[in-house]
Amino acid sequence: MRIPMAVYLTRARAGVALAGLLVALAGCSVPGPGEAPDGIHDPQEATNRRIHAFNKSLTGGAGQGGGVIAAIPQPVKAGVTNFADTASLPQTVANQILQGRLLRASRNTLRFTVNATLGLAGLFDVASPLGLPEDESDFGETLYVWGLPEGAYMELPVLGPSTERDAVGRFVDLFTDPLYYLLPSPDRYYGTGARVAAKVIKLDDYGDQIDALMNDSADSYAQLRLIWLQNRRFELGDDRAGGEDYIDPEALDTEGF
Amino acid sequence: MTHHFTRRQLLGSALSLALIAALPGAALSATEAEARGLVDRLVADINAVITAGKSEAAMIADFERIFITYADMPYIAAYALGADGRRASPAQKKAFSAAFQGYVARKYGKQFRKFIGGRIEVNGASKVKNAYQVSTTAYLRGQSPFEVTFFVGEKSGRFYNMYIEGVNMLLTERTEIGAMLDRRRGDLDAMIRDLAQAG
Repeated sequence: MRIPMAVYLTRARAGVALAGLLVALAGCSVPGPGEAPDGIHDPQEATNRRIHAFNKSLTGGAGQGGGVIAAIPQPVKAGVTNFADTASLPQTVANQILQGRLLRASRNTLRFTVNATLGLAGLFDVASPLGLPEDESDFGETLYVWGLPEGAYMELPVLGPSTERDAVGRFVDLFTDPLYYLLPSPDRYYGTGARVAAKVIKLDDYGDQIDALMNDSADSYAQLRLIWLQNRRFELGDDRAGGEDYIDPEALDTEGF
Repeated sequence: MTHHFTRRQLLGSALSLALIAALPGAALSATEAEARGLVDRLVADINAVITAGKSEAAMIADFERIFITYADMPYIAAYALGADGRRASPAQKKAFSAAFQGYVARKYGKQFRKFIGGRIEVNGASKVKNAYQVSTTAYLRGQSPFEVTFFVGEKSGRFYNMYIEGVNMLLTERTEIGAMLDRRRGDLDAMIRDLAQAG
Protein backbone atom coordinates (compact mmCIF):
# COMPACT_ATOMS: atom_id res chain seq x y z
CA MET A 1 0.00 0.00 0.00
CA ARG A 2 1.29 3.39 -0.96
CA ILE A 3 1.30 6.03 1.76
CA PRO A 4 0.20 9.44 0.47
CA MET A 5 2.95 12.02 0.60
CA ALA A 6 1.08 14.42 2.89
CA VAL A 7 0.43 11.71 5.48
CA TYR A 8 4.03 10.61 5.27
CA LEU A 9 5.28 14.15 5.85
CA THR A 10 2.98 14.58 8.84
CA ARG A 11 4.23 11.31 10.28
CA ALA A 12 7.84 12.27 9.70
CA ARG A 13 7.27 15.59 11.40
CA ALA A 14 5.54 13.89 14.31
CA GLY A 15 8.46 11.48 14.58
CA VAL A 16 10.99 14.30 14.74
CA ALA A 17 8.87 16.16 17.28
CA LEU A 18 8.54 13.05 19.44
CA ALA A 19 12.27 12.44 19.33
CA GLY A 20 12.90 16.05 20.34
CA LEU A 21 10.40 15.70 23.16
CA LEU A 22 12.03 12.58 24.53
CA VAL A 23 15.43 14.28 24.49
CA ALA A 24 13.95 17.24 26.38
CA LEU A 25 12.26 14.99 28.93
CA ALA A 26 15.39 12.93 29.48
CA GLY A 27 16.74 16.18 30.89
CA CYS A 28 13.97 16.39 33.52
CA SER A 29 15.84 16.45 36.77
CA VAL A 30 14.61 14.22 39.59
CA PRO A 31 15.52 15.20 43.16
CA GLY A 32 17.48 12.78 45.30
CA PRO A 33 16.44 12.10 48.90
CA GLY A 34 16.37 15.28 50.93
CA GLU A 35 16.92 17.45 47.87
CA ALA A 36 13.36 18.72 47.77
CA PRO A 37 12.46 20.28 51.15
CA ASP A 38 8.71 21.05 51.38
CA GLY A 39 8.34 19.34 47.99
CA ILE A 40 10.37 22.01 46.19
CA HIS A 41 13.08 20.97 43.75
CA ASP A 42 14.76 24.09 42.42
CA PRO A 43 18.40 23.52 41.42
CA GLN A 44 18.36 26.56 39.09
CA GLU A 45 17.19 28.95 41.77
CA ALA A 46 19.69 31.73 40.98
CA THR A 47 18.67 31.88 37.30
CA ASN A 48 14.99 31.58 38.20
CA ARG A 49 15.28 34.48 40.62
CA ARG A 50 16.75 36.69 37.89
CA ILE A 51 13.84 35.79 35.59
CA HIS A 52 11.43 36.43 38.46
CA ALA A 53 12.86 39.93 38.94
CA PHE A 54 12.34 40.56 35.24
CA ASN A 55 8.75 39.23 35.31
CA LYS A 56 8.03 41.29 38.39
CA SER A 57 9.17 44.44 36.59
CA LEU A 58 6.65 43.60 33.85
CA THR A 59 3.69 43.09 36.19
CA GLY A 60 4.74 45.96 38.44
CA GLY A 61 1.99 48.22 37.16
CA ALA A 62 -0.58 45.50 36.47
CA GLY A 63 -2.84 46.21 39.43
CA GLN A 64 -2.61 49.99 39.40
CA GLY A 65 -2.57 50.56 35.65
CA GLY A 66 -5.34 48.04 35.10
CA GLY A 67 -7.96 50.79 35.02
CA VAL A 68 -8.42 50.30 31.28
CA ILE A 69 -9.32 46.64 31.64
CA ALA A 70 -11.44 47.27 34.73
CA ALA A 71 -13.46 49.77 32.65
CA ILE A 72 -14.46 47.14 30.08
CA PRO A 73 -18.09 46.09 30.77
CA GLN A 74 -18.45 42.69 32.44
CA PRO A 75 -20.49 41.10 29.58
CA VAL A 76 -17.74 41.94 27.08
CA LYS A 77 -15.11 40.42 29.35
CA ALA A 78 -17.25 37.32 29.82
CA GLY A 79 -17.68 37.04 26.04
CA VAL A 80 -13.93 37.17 25.42
CA THR A 81 -13.26 34.65 28.20
CA ASN A 82 -15.97 32.28 26.93
CA PHE A 83 -14.76 32.52 23.36
CA ALA A 84 -11.19 31.79 24.45
CA ASP A 85 -12.39 28.75 26.38
CA THR A 86 -14.39 27.43 23.44
CA ALA A 87 -11.45 27.95 21.07
CA SER A 88 -9.18 25.99 23.39
CA LEU A 89 -11.55 23.02 23.74
CA PRO A 90 -10.40 21.00 20.67
CA GLN A 91 -6.89 20.96 22.10
CA THR A 92 -8.20 19.97 25.53
CA VAL A 93 -10.16 17.13 23.92
CA ALA A 94 -7.05 15.96 22.01
CA ASN A 95 -5.08 15.90 25.26
CA GLN A 96 -7.78 14.09 27.18
CA ILE A 97 -7.89 11.41 24.48
CA LEU A 98 -4.11 11.04 24.81
CA GLN A 99 -4.62 10.72 28.56
CA GLY A 100 -7.18 7.96 28.06
CA ARG A 101 -9.87 10.10 29.73
CA LEU A 102 -12.51 9.36 27.15
CA LEU A 103 -15.51 10.35 29.24
CA ARG A 104 -14.09 13.81 29.89
CA ALA A 105 -13.04 14.10 26.24
CA SER A 106 -16.56 13.32 25.04
CA ARG A 107 -18.08 15.68 27.60
CA ASN A 108 -15.81 18.45 26.34
CA THR A 109 -16.68 17.60 22.73
CA LEU A 110 -20.31 18.10 23.63
CA ARG A 111 -19.44 21.30 25.49
CA PHE A 112 -17.63 22.57 22.39
CA THR A 113 -20.56 21.68 20.11
CA VAL A 114 -23.12 23.33 22.39
CA ASN A 115 -21.14 26.53 22.97
CA ALA A 116 -20.03 26.86 19.35
CA THR A 117 -23.63 26.69 18.14
CA LEU A 118 -26.17 27.64 20.84
CA GLY A 119 -23.52 29.83 22.48
CA LEU A 120 -23.15 31.87 19.26
CA ALA A 121 -19.64 30.80 18.21
CA GLY A 122 -18.52 30.53 21.82
CA LEU A 123 -19.46 33.99 23.07
CA PHE A 124 -21.82 32.54 25.66
CA ASP A 125 -21.22 29.61 27.94
CA VAL A 126 -24.57 27.82 27.73
CA ALA A 127 -23.02 24.41 28.40
CA SER A 128 -22.05 25.04 32.06
CA PRO A 129 -25.63 25.42 33.34
CA LEU A 130 -26.48 22.26 31.38
CA GLY A 131 -24.08 20.25 33.51
CA LEU A 132 -21.03 20.53 31.27
CA PRO A 133 -18.69 22.75 33.30
CA GLU A 134 -15.31 24.09 32.24
CA ASP A 135 -12.69 21.34 32.28
CA GLU A 136 -9.33 22.35 30.83
CA SER A 137 -6.32 20.26 30.04
CA ASP A 138 -2.93 20.63 28.40
CA PHE A 139 -0.01 18.55 27.24
CA GLY A 140 1.77 19.09 30.57
CA GLU A 141 -1.07 17.13 32.16
CA THR A 142 -0.82 14.46 29.47
CA LEU A 143 2.87 14.02 30.29
CA TYR A 144 1.94 13.71 33.98
CA VAL A 145 -0.65 11.03 33.16
CA TRP A 146 1.97 9.21 31.11
CA GLY A 147 4.06 9.01 34.27
CA LEU A 148 6.85 11.46 33.44
CA PRO A 149 8.51 13.16 36.41
CA GLU A 150 7.72 16.77 37.23
CA GLY A 151 11.36 17.85 36.90
CA ALA A 152 12.80 20.98 38.44
CA TYR A 153 10.81 24.13 39.12
CA MET A 154 11.43 26.93 36.67
CA GLU A 155 10.17 30.43 36.10
CA LEU A 156 9.77 31.25 32.41
CA PRO A 157 10.22 34.79 31.09
CA VAL A 158 6.81 36.53 30.69
CA LEU A 159 4.90 33.21 31.08
CA GLY A 160 5.77 32.79 34.75
CA PRO A 161 6.02 29.67 36.95
CA SER A 162 6.40 26.22 35.42
CA THR A 163 8.21 22.93 35.82
CA GLU A 164 10.46 21.19 33.32
CA ARG A 165 7.58 18.85 32.44
CA ASP A 166 5.07 21.69 32.03
CA ALA A 167 7.51 23.75 29.96
CA VAL A 168 7.82 20.87 27.47
CA GLY A 169 4.02 20.59 27.54
CA ARG A 170 3.57 24.27 26.74
CA PHE A 171 6.03 24.01 23.86
CA VAL A 172 4.21 21.02 22.35
CA ASP A 173 0.83 22.73 22.84
CA LEU A 174 2.08 25.59 20.64
CA PHE A 175 2.11 23.28 17.63
CA THR A 176 -0.72 20.87 18.30
CA ASP A 177 -3.88 22.99 18.34
CA PRO A 178 -6.31 21.15 16.03
CA LEU A 179 -8.17 24.39 15.27
CA TYR A 180 -5.01 25.88 13.83
CA TYR A 181 -4.83 23.12 11.23
CA LEU A 182 -8.56 23.10 10.50
CA LEU A 183 -9.25 26.79 10.08
CA PRO A 184 -8.19 29.06 7.20
CA SER A 185 -5.57 31.74 7.76
CA PRO A 186 -7.16 34.75 9.48
CA ASP A 187 -9.70 32.75 11.53
CA ARG A 188 -7.10 30.54 13.15
CA TYR A 189 -5.59 33.55 14.96
CA TYR A 190 -8.84 34.67 16.61
CA GLY A 191 -8.68 31.87 19.16
CA THR A 192 -5.07 32.65 20.03
CA GLY A 193 -5.86 36.36 20.30
CA ALA A 194 -8.85 35.68 22.54
CA ARG A 195 -6.75 33.43 24.74
CA VAL A 196 -4.16 36.16 25.26
CA ALA A 197 -6.95 38.68 25.98
CA ALA A 198 -8.60 36.25 28.42
CA LYS A 199 -5.27 35.89 30.28
CA VAL A 200 -5.00 39.67 30.58
CA ILE A 201 -8.58 39.89 31.90
CA LYS A 202 -7.91 37.13 34.41
CA LEU A 203 -4.71 38.84 35.57
CA ASP A 204 -6.72 42.03 36.10
CA ASP A 205 -9.51 40.21 37.98
CA TYR A 206 -6.92 38.80 40.38
CA GLY A 207 -4.95 42.07 40.39
CA ASP A 208 -5.35 42.64 44.14
CA GLN A 209 -4.25 39.13 45.07
CA ILE A 210 -1.31 39.23 42.64
CA ASP A 211 -0.28 42.64 43.97
CA ALA A 212 -0.46 41.33 47.54
CA LEU A 213 1.67 38.33 46.64
CA MET A 214 4.20 40.22 44.54
CA ASN A 215 4.58 43.38 46.62
CA ASP A 216 3.55 42.54 50.19
CA SER A 217 5.36 39.25 50.75
CA ALA A 218 8.88 39.23 52.11
CA ASP A 219 10.12 36.94 49.32
CA SER A 220 7.73 36.97 46.37
CA TYR A 221 9.82 34.41 44.50
CA ALA A 222 9.56 31.80 47.27
CA GLN A 223 5.84 32.50 47.83
CA LEU A 224 4.95 32.25 44.14
CA ARG A 225 7.00 29.05 43.76
CA LEU A 226 5.33 27.38 46.73
CA ILE A 227 1.78 28.46 45.89
CA TRP A 228 2.07 27.69 42.18
CA LEU A 229 3.59 24.22 42.70
CA GLN A 230 0.99 23.20 45.28
CA ASN A 231 -1.88 24.45 43.14
CA ARG A 232 -0.59 22.78 39.98
CA ARG A 233 -0.17 19.44 41.79
CA PHE A 234 -3.69 19.83 43.15
CA GLU A 235 -5.02 20.41 39.61
CA LEU A 236 -3.23 17.33 38.34
CA GLY A 237 -4.12 15.22 41.38
CA ASP A 238 -0.37 14.63 41.75
CA ASP A 239 0.57 13.38 45.20
CA ARG A 240 3.89 11.88 44.13
CA ALA A 241 5.79 15.14 44.10
CA GLY A 242 4.19 16.54 47.27
CA GLY A 243 6.09 17.67 50.33
CA GLU A 244 4.72 16.62 53.67
CA ASP A 245 1.77 14.26 53.27
CA TYR A 246 0.28 14.88 56.63
CA ILE A 247 0.76 17.56 59.24
CA ASP A 248 0.22 16.15 62.71
CA PRO A 249 -1.79 18.55 64.90
CA GLU A 250 -0.14 17.25 68.07
CA ALA A 251 3.50 16.81 67.03
CA LEU A 252 4.59 20.32 67.90
CA ASP A 253 5.65 22.01 71.11
CA THR A 254 3.28 24.95 71.43
CA GLU A 255 4.43 25.88 74.93
CA GLY A 256 4.58 29.66 75.27
CA PHE A 257 2.81 30.50 72.02
CA MET B 1 -38.46 16.59 86.64
CA THR B 2 -40.18 14.38 84.15
CA HIS B 3 -40.21 15.18 80.50
CA HIS B 4 -43.25 14.48 78.40
CA PHE B 5 -42.97 14.23 74.68
CA THR B 6 -45.85 15.65 72.74
CA ARG B 7 -47.11 13.49 69.92
CA ARG B 8 -45.71 15.88 67.31
CA GLN B 9 -42.23 15.82 68.89
CA LEU B 10 -42.30 12.04 69.07
CA LEU B 11 -43.40 11.80 65.49
CA GLY B 12 -40.77 14.31 64.48
CA SER B 13 -37.92 12.51 66.17
CA ALA B 14 -39.07 9.14 64.87
CA LEU B 15 -39.12 10.60 61.39
CA SER B 16 -35.65 12.10 61.70
CA LEU B 17 -34.28 8.84 63.11
CA ALA B 18 -35.69 6.99 60.12
CA LEU B 19 -34.17 9.60 57.83
CA ILE B 20 -30.75 9.31 59.45
CA ALA B 21 -30.88 5.53 59.18
CA ALA B 22 -31.85 5.80 55.52
CA LEU B 23 -29.03 8.17 54.62
CA PRO B 24 -25.83 6.39 53.69
CA GLY B 25 -22.83 7.84 55.47
CA ALA B 26 -24.97 9.76 57.90
CA ALA B 27 -23.63 7.66 60.74
CA LEU B 28 -20.87 10.11 61.71
CA SER B 29 -18.98 9.33 64.85
CA ALA B 30 -19.51 11.92 67.56
CA THR B 31 -16.15 13.61 66.99
CA GLU B 32 -16.47 13.55 63.23
CA ALA B 33 -19.81 15.27 63.63
CA GLU B 34 -18.16 17.73 66.01
CA ALA B 35 -15.46 18.56 63.46
CA ARG B 36 -18.10 19.15 60.86
CA GLY B 37 -20.13 21.18 63.34
CA LEU B 38 -17.12 23.40 64.06
CA VAL B 39 -16.61 24.09 60.36
CA ASP B 40 -20.38 24.60 59.91
CA ARG B 41 -20.33 27.31 62.57
CA LEU B 42 -17.08 28.77 61.21
CA VAL B 43 -18.54 28.94 57.71
CA ALA B 44 -21.78 30.46 59.02
CA ASP B 45 -19.74 33.16 60.80
CA ILE B 46 -17.64 33.85 57.69
CA ASN B 47 -20.78 33.98 55.53
CA ALA B 48 -22.36 36.43 57.98
CA VAL B 49 -19.28 38.69 57.76
CA ILE B 50 -19.36 38.47 53.96
CA THR B 51 -23.08 39.32 53.82
CA ALA B 52 -22.78 42.22 56.26
CA GLY B 53 -20.35 43.86 53.83
CA LYS B 54 -18.82 46.25 56.37
CA SER B 55 -15.72 48.36 55.87
CA GLU B 56 -12.37 46.65 55.42
CA ALA B 57 -11.21 47.55 58.95
CA ALA B 58 -14.43 46.16 60.48
CA MET B 59 -14.14 42.98 58.41
CA ILE B 60 -10.57 42.47 59.55
CA ALA B 61 -11.65 42.86 63.18
CA ASP B 62 -14.46 40.31 62.61
CA PHE B 63 -12.06 37.96 60.97
CA GLU B 64 -9.58 38.16 63.85
CA ARG B 65 -12.39 37.24 66.25
CA ILE B 66 -13.30 34.27 64.02
CA PHE B 67 -9.68 33.12 63.99
CA ILE B 68 -9.44 33.31 67.79
CA THR B 69 -12.72 31.41 68.21
CA TYR B 70 -12.19 28.57 65.75
CA ALA B 71 -8.47 28.24 65.03
CA ASP B 72 -5.73 26.59 67.07
CA MET B 73 -3.68 29.80 67.02
CA PRO B 74 -0.81 28.60 69.28
CA TYR B 75 -0.25 25.68 66.91
CA ILE B 76 -0.43 27.78 63.74
CA ALA B 77 1.96 30.38 65.21
CA ALA B 78 4.42 27.72 66.40
CA TYR B 79 4.37 25.99 63.01
CA ALA B 80 4.88 29.26 61.13
CA LEU B 81 7.91 30.16 63.25
CA GLY B 82 9.30 26.67 62.63
CA ALA B 83 12.75 25.68 63.84
CA ASP B 84 13.52 29.31 64.77
CA GLY B 85 10.95 28.95 67.54
CA ARG B 86 13.41 26.82 69.50
CA ARG B 87 15.74 29.76 70.16
CA ALA B 88 12.89 32.17 71.00
CA SER B 89 12.51 33.35 74.62
CA PRO B 90 9.06 33.05 76.27
CA ALA B 91 8.62 36.82 75.83
CA GLN B 92 9.50 36.60 72.14
CA LYS B 93 7.07 33.71 71.65
CA LYS B 94 4.30 35.73 73.25
CA ALA B 95 5.08 38.82 71.19
CA PHE B 96 5.28 36.75 68.04
CA SER B 97 1.90 35.09 68.69
CA ALA B 98 0.22 38.46 69.21
CA ALA B 99 1.77 40.00 66.08
CA PHE B 100 1.08 36.88 64.02
CA GLN B 101 -2.60 36.83 64.95
CA GLY B 102 -3.09 40.41 63.77
CA TYR B 103 -1.09 39.73 60.61
CA VAL B 104 -3.20 36.66 59.70
CA ALA B 105 -6.43 38.58 60.31
CA ARG B 106 -5.30 41.47 58.11
CA LYS B 107 -3.93 39.28 55.33
CA TYR B 108 -6.89 36.92 55.05
CA GLY B 109 -9.48 39.53 56.02
CA LYS B 110 -8.45 41.67 53.05
CA GLN B 111 -8.87 38.70 50.72
CA PHE B 112 -12.33 38.08 52.14
CA ARG B 113 -13.39 41.49 50.82
CA LYS B 114 -13.49 39.76 47.45
CA PHE B 115 -15.99 37.25 48.86
CA ILE B 116 -18.82 39.80 49.17
CA GLY B 117 -21.87 38.32 47.44
CA GLY B 118 -20.44 34.82 47.70
CA ARG B 119 -20.86 31.92 50.09
CA ILE B 120 -19.13 28.80 51.40
CA GLU B 121 -20.82 25.40 51.67
CA VAL B 122 -19.71 22.43 53.76
CA ASN B 123 -19.61 19.14 51.84
CA GLY B 124 -18.50 16.55 54.36
CA ALA B 125 -15.94 15.37 56.90
CA SER B 126 -13.59 12.43 57.14
CA LYS B 127 -11.05 11.25 59.68
CA VAL B 128 -7.35 11.22 58.77
CA LYS B 129 -5.09 9.91 61.55
CA ASN B 130 -5.55 12.28 64.52
CA ALA B 131 -7.36 14.99 62.57
CA TYR B 132 -10.58 15.56 60.67
CA GLN B 133 -10.62 16.81 57.16
CA VAL B 134 -13.67 18.95 56.40
CA SER B 135 -14.18 19.79 52.75
CA THR B 136 -16.05 22.89 51.65
CA THR B 137 -16.71 24.67 48.37
CA ALA B 138 -16.49 28.43 47.95
CA TYR B 139 -18.89 29.99 45.47
CA LEU B 140 -17.77 33.50 44.57
CA ARG B 141 -19.44 35.92 42.22
CA GLY B 142 -18.16 35.67 38.66
CA GLN B 143 -15.70 32.91 39.47
CA SER B 144 -15.69 29.12 39.16
CA PRO B 145 -16.36 27.43 42.52
CA PHE B 146 -13.24 26.23 44.33
CA GLU B 147 -12.36 23.82 47.09
CA VAL B 148 -11.35 24.83 50.61
CA THR B 149 -10.41 22.05 53.04
CA PHE B 150 -10.13 22.61 56.80
CA PHE B 151 -8.11 20.35 59.10
CA VAL B 152 -9.50 20.05 62.62
CA GLY B 153 -7.32 18.55 65.37
CA GLU B 154 -8.90 15.61 67.18
CA LYS B 155 -7.53 16.75 70.52
CA SER B 156 -7.81 20.53 70.20
CA GLY B 157 -11.20 20.49 68.44
CA ARG B 158 -10.08 23.54 66.45
CA PHE B 159 -8.82 23.98 62.91
CA TYR B 160 -5.07 24.11 62.54
CA ASN B 161 -4.69 24.20 58.77
CA MET B 162 -6.60 24.89 55.60
CA TYR B 163 -5.97 24.16 51.95
CA ILE B 164 -7.32 26.54 49.33
CA GLU B 165 -7.25 24.68 46.03
CA GLY B 166 -4.33 22.62 47.21
CA VAL B 167 -2.41 25.53 48.73
CA ASN B 168 -1.45 24.72 52.30
CA MET B 169 -1.77 27.70 54.68
CA LEU B 170 0.74 26.40 57.26
CA LEU B 171 3.46 25.86 54.67
CA THR B 172 2.74 29.20 52.99
CA GLU B 173 2.99 31.10 56.29
CA ARG B 174 6.13 29.26 57.43
CA THR B 175 7.77 30.23 54.11
CA GLU B 176 6.68 33.84 54.60
CA ILE B 177 7.87 34.09 58.22
CA GLY B 178 11.15 32.40 57.21
CA ALA B 179 11.66 34.98 54.46
CA MET B 180 10.90 37.84 56.88
CA LEU B 181 13.50 36.46 59.30
CA ASP B 182 16.08 36.09 56.50
CA ARG B 183 15.50 39.70 55.52
CA ARG B 184 16.33 40.70 59.09
CA ARG B 185 19.32 38.33 59.21
CA GLY B 186 17.61 36.13 61.76
CA ASP B 187 16.81 38.90 64.25
CA LEU B 188 13.59 37.70 65.91
CA ASP B 189 12.68 41.02 67.54
CA ALA B 190 13.09 42.94 64.27
CA MET B 191 10.98 40.34 62.43
CA ILE B 192 8.22 40.59 65.07
CA ARG B 193 8.18 44.38 64.66
CA ASP B 194 7.87 43.95 60.87
CA LEU B 195 5.12 41.39 61.31
CA ALA B 196 3.06 43.83 63.40
CA GLN B 197 2.96 46.09 60.33
CA ALA B 198 2.62 43.38 57.65
CA GLY B 199 -0.45 41.84 56.02
